[in-house]
Amino acid sequence: MCVLKLSEFIYLVGLTNTKLFLLYMPKILNVRNLKKTYSSGSNQLTVLQEINFDIEARETFAIVGPSGSGKTTLLGLCAGLDRSDTGEITLCDVALSGLSEDELAKLRNQKVGFVFQNFQLLPTLTALENVAVPLELQGNKNAMETAIELLGKVGLQDRIHHYPSQLSGGEQQRVAVARAFSNNPEILFADEPTGNLDTATGEKIVKLLFDLNKERGTTLVIVTHDLELAQQTQNILKLKGGRIVEHVKRASL
Amino acid sequence: MKNLYARSHSTAWRWLLKMAWRDGKASSKRLFLFVASIVFGIAAVVAIQSFGENLKQNMALQSKALMGADYKIDSNHPPKETVSKLMDSLGGYQSREISFPSMAAFSGTEATKLVQVRGIEGGFPFYGMLETNPSNAAYQLNNAALVDATVMMQLGLNPGDSIRLGNITLPILASLKSIPGSNAVFSSIAPPVIIPYSFIDKTALVQTGSRVSYDFYFLDPNTDLEKLDESIGKVLDAEDADLDTHLSTSQRLGRRYDNFGKFLNLVAFIALLLGCVGIASSVQIYIKEKVQSIAVLKCLGADNRQVFLIYLLQVIAIGFVGGLLGTFAGVLLQQFFPYLLGDLIPVSFEIAVFPTVLLVGLLLGVIMSVLFSLNPLLGTLHISPLQALRVEGNQTKKKSKSQLFVSAAIVLFIFLFALWVLRNPLYALSFVLGIALTFLILAAVASLFIKLIKKYFPVGWHFPARQGVKNLFRPQNQTLILVLAIGIGTFLISTLYFTKDLLLAQAEIDAQANNPNLILLDVQSDQRQSVKQILTNAELELTEEVPIVTMRLHAIKGILTNAIRQDTTSRINRWILNHEFRVTYRDSLIASEEIQQGKWIGQVSDNTKIIPISVSDNLARDADLTVGDTLTFNVQGVLMKTQVSSIRAVDWGRVQLNFTVLFPRGVLENAPQFWVLSTHVPNEAASAAVQQDLVRDLPNISVIDLRQVLALVESLLGKIAWLINFMAFFSILTGLIVLLGALKTSKYQRIKENVLLRTLGAKGVQIFKIVIFEYGFLGLLGGITGVVLSLVSSQVMAIWLFDAPFIPSWVPFLILIPGIVLLVIFVGLTNSLAVIKSPPLAVLRKEVNV
Repeated sequence: MCVLKLSEFIYLVGLTNTKLFLLYMPKILNVRNLKKTYSSGSNQLTVLQEINFDIEARETFAIVGPSGSGKTTLLGLCAGLDRSDTGEITLCDVALSGLSEDELAKLRNQKVGFVFQNFQLLPTLTALENVAVPLELQGNKNAMETAIELLGKVGLQDRIHHYPSQLSGGEQQRVAVARAFSNNPEILFADEPTGNLDTATGEKIVKLLFDLNKERGTTLVIVTHDLELAQQTQNILKLKGGRIVEHVKRASL
Repeated sequence: MKNLYARSHSTAWRWLLKMAWRDGKASSKRLFLFVASIVFGIAAVVAIQSFGENLKQNMALQSKALMGADYKIDSNHPPKETVSKLMDSLGGYQSREISFPSMAAFSGTEATKLVQVRGIEGGFPFYGMLETNPSNAAYQLNNAALVDATVMMQLGLNPGDSIRLGNITLPILASLKSIPGSNAVFSSIAPPVIIPYSFIDKTALVQTGSRVSYDFYFLDPNTDLEKLDESIGKVLDAEDADLDTHLSTSQRLGRRYDNFGKFLNLVAFIALLLGCVGIASSVQIYIKEKVQSIAVLKCLGADNRQVFLIYLLQVIAIGFVGGLLGTFAGVLLQQFFPYLLGDLIPVSFEIAVFPTVLLVGLLLGVIMSVLFSLNPLLGTLHISPLQALRVEGNQTKKKSKSQLFVSAAIVLFIFLFALWVLRNPLYALSFVLGIALTFLILAAVASLFIKLIKKYFPVGWHFPARQGVKNLFRPQNQTLILVLAIGIGTFLISTLYFTKDLLLAQAEIDAQANNPNLILLDVQSDQRQSVKQILTNAELELTEEVPIVTMRLHAIKGILTNAIRQDTTSRINRWILNHEFRVTYRDSLIASEEIQQGKWIGQVSDNTKIIPISVSDNLARDADLTVGDTLTFNVQGVLMKTQVSSIRAVDWGRVQLNFTVLFPRGVLENAPQFWVLSTHVPNEAASAAVQQDLVRDLPNISVIDLRQVLALVESLLGKIAWLINFMAFFSILTGLIVLLGALKTSKYQRIKENVLLRTLGAKGVQIFKIVIFEYGFLGLLGGITGVVLSLVSSQVMAIWLFDAPFIPSWVPFLILIPGIVLLVIFVGLTNSLAVIKSPPLAVLRKEVNV
């Protein structure tokens, strides 16, 4: 959990003094005036602009929009995988712009989990090793035990020594989910988690994701174009052409 | 926040090692090319270096046995008084010998044979063994002879038969199996015959012009030989005598393997360089395949340093394993060298394993794999975690400072290695420059080709051809990198081939039908008529009749040779000062000679004061002479002033009597001289008959049957050729592995495109054709450029390194280039096989997403 220290509180007050009321809720992700452009040849291509939103701790949050609307770019920026041109992102009370690449990596390792559309398991590691990697990166001595326990939770206790190529798509994504939760993240980013799966398998993965999220008290941010999946979250941020077109806040589910 | 991540240093390293191991274990198949590149390179280096060390070591260990004494003093003349006194002051010699070549006849057989007569007094050899059968034959007590075992066997002789040498006949006591100081190669031409010293005079074979050697052997293990050489070397030089220590004998023997050793080192160098190219390209592919994994690891929170270290640890481990396997293979490999070389090695060969060579092998493995992997490894720093999300970010690929640093380190490594192998900074530097130049030229050729093909694009060709050619200059084309890899590989292989040819050709002797094949040496002036009569009786034609006058240099450019000996700054090679020149005189040049500078003068009048002479180019170089310089010769007591009127290039490779110094007619006709006559004998029987006649009537004449020598040389060359081919094969194998690696790199570039074409409905044949065109052009371009460049490099090495003429063969053009092209096309096709056989999407998932 994020615990706001007094100094950070004052810093945030200073930064956002016009919207002081926001500080009454614990915010885990805070995005202000975000802009991102790519240059392709001599052309400047603006992928995101005027993006402002907050995500509260333990919320479930969906970013939706058509292809090319900038969803994945936004996710990458929020998770500290890329840097914005202007604007500020504060993740778990840390301003990302002030961190070096290595500090960003440490932040991800400690507080962030990822689930990808194409699973992205390390092909040369077994299911167990894949799940243990984030913990091992922290130097956790009980990495293996925790990983076995998590694989049991996603129903793969019999396949822990299999390599990704020996697993089905659904199984691979379950390993990925286990890995995403292994470091006990405060926030979990999922990029089209059902995109490469058939409907039935996809539904099982979604259920697993939400159940674990609830059980562990994690914040869940899902990028998807699947509106049905988005309907299951408390917040829906709609993007189009790199701008926010709608931010729907729903009552808790 | 920092303390959150604090963890002990050792756990961090343990995890990195664990990750490196896990990942490497599952990638072992992909690392095969990597390991293979290292193993072959290191094996060649270790085998060759270790063999060289062993040879040196064995010679040093057995150097006393090679000479049979601690040192000897030798001369081509009976010792003068000063030399005798000097020897007395050293405590006197323990044993002495007079030796010379002569013809020998044997009882019970008509056969005659050129032998090396060695008249020995005293207990020589003091080291090593005089091996005889029956053993311990006391020839001096029994006034008997020991005859070379091979000769005894060839002629069917037994102990108890007798041998006739000049005017004496001695019983043969035993067969001689080996004696220190006799080397197998020379022994086959003039096998040794040992007789008691006191019989030498009675043979009456020691005459003017005979090549007689007087040796005095000393047994004195406690003398500091280098000091001894310093104190008496110059005195002996002045008296035409020489000090020869057991150390210098083994050094001289070692030098005989010089050219051969240089070539082997070249093989090692090339094998290792090819290995390095192999490492660079296999790591390039390897890291390319790991991009997604690296991006994911970074998403999960691994920092740049950790990712870099994981793969660096793998590279170090592979370098170590490769070095270990290569060293092991190299040590095994060198066990075969003595068998391959046999008689060529003068010592009984005991193979030791040298820790330094082993260490160098292991270190080389690690250093070369790390150095040549560093650039692709540094590339991992630029892989963005964003790539896990399949977002193509702004990828700026700048050459960072560290990459420049790595390139500099690579150049330094190649230089240091070349220095270690060649032991000559100038050669090493030229090698590095040569390799760099080759790279530049290949790159220039590739970019020129791209420009040309863009300008003159074959618009009229059918689609697959146009598509294939276009692939050569599309964005992200691989023309430059593949032409470099193929070109360098071909260049090195073909250079090796050419040099091998060059070395083997150097030693080849053309045995044409009409060339003289029987050489008669030491014919005295008054014997010429008798020899001609014998030849006429045997219906043989005299092909050559060359007079020889022996002389020594008295002064060079007006400075006495004695003064030059004292002058430590003199650039004049020492052999010149002591050499007994065998000089001839004639009025014209022969086919193996060509005037380089000055004018050839063939005839002078009696009263000429300064005689115009011609010197060979090697003498001019070693004695620092140019046209117009004066030389004073001591012709058996008479001083003759001469002037260099011309410098000749001499083709020493021809079987012909060639001379360093050539006098014109009109000067030496009346000097004491002897003759060399030659003739052509049609067969073995005719040769034996005429030799018998010669030995009977003129026993002092030595006869050399060139056909025997040729047969011997051929068998020796066969052995060398075997070893050279064997080692060259190693390098070529490495080269092929490298080519395979380079081509595999290209796989990922083209596979997406081919899948797209397939999706758009391209037939299998069309894709094949596209591939054949693209790779065919790449193979041709790289192959031809590589072979042409190797022509240049071989020529350069022929001149500077091997000192031998170079006539390129057609083999690389006819076999290597088509071979390379076919190989490149073949690999290109196998790379595309998956595209043609499986559905497009399956291919994309399998090949690109992994």
